[in-house]
Amino acid sequence: MELVVFVLASLMVLAGAFGVVLMSNPVHAAMSLVLTLFGVAVHFVAMEAHFLAAVQVIVYAGAIVVLFLFVIMLLGVDRADDLQIEPFPIQRPLALVVGVGTIGLVAAAILRAKDSVDREVALDASGDSNIRLLARNLFQDHVFAFELTSVLLIVAVAGTVVMTRRTSTPEAESTQSNGAA
Amino acid sequence: MIAAYVPTSTWYLLLAAALFGIGATGLLVRRNPLVMFMCIELMLNAANLTFVAFAMQTGDINGQTSVFFVLVVAAAEVVVGLGIIVSILRHRPGATADDLAEMKG
Repeated sequence: MELVVFVLASLMVLAGAFGVVLMSNPVHAAMSLVLTLFGVAVHFVAMEAHFLAAVQVIVYAGAIVVLFLFVIMLLGVDRADDLQIEPFPIQRPLALVVGVGTIGLVAAAILRAKDSVDREVALDASGDSNIRLLARNLFQDHVFAFELTSVLLIVAVAGTVVMTRRTSTPEAESTQSNGAA
Repeated sequence: MIAAYVPTSTWYLLLAAALFGIGATGLLVRRNPLVMFMCIELMLNAANLTFVAFAMQTGDINGQTSVFFVLVVAAAEVVVGLGIIVSILRHRPGATADDLAEMKG
């Protein structure tokens, strides 16, 4: 049963990842990204990280992909790219070499360390639920980092607002002064 | 017979390696900045999968806490990156990553 879940979720993840890379239309790529994110959420559930699975669906599939789609629609870049154009002829073979080389090297390292990595799974030894463990860890051991993430989010949002407003300020000011005149 | 094979953390690590490689290839190949951002999300998800796999294998909840922080940083990164893309593409519609080399010093 676990094997079936693993195979199905892995197919979702890999199909979505290939879709992101190979789809010419950005909207289709975003939909493929949703498929990948749901597959990763299924893997999180299989690994008993229930809270992270919920957060994965809510934050990634619910917020980040919607943000992507919003920007695509706002800018009107939803027409398909022509994937046949290659500005640098050497680029795609080199990228393939880099990608396959990365996968090969990391996979070789993982398989080599297989004996020391594959041990008995020992999560939830205390019988507490995943959320309780995570909350205790987050709000006791990492509470300072947790507070800093809120600062990070505020700074990111405020910085983005300032950055995207400044480009439209001259036109806005001119229209305002025209209206006042 | 088949049910005897239970997925171990090695399988998850191999899947995460494949996901990271696909994302890296896509980042190098694609020229639409939005799709390049999606490929970065793929690579971040591969890292998250690795974190959770090791957290499961060692029974240490700290790995899952790290995933939480990666999620927050990914959200902040997407906000800032999409803001930059919006402000660039507003002036130059249809710009690809190759057209943005003028910021080079």
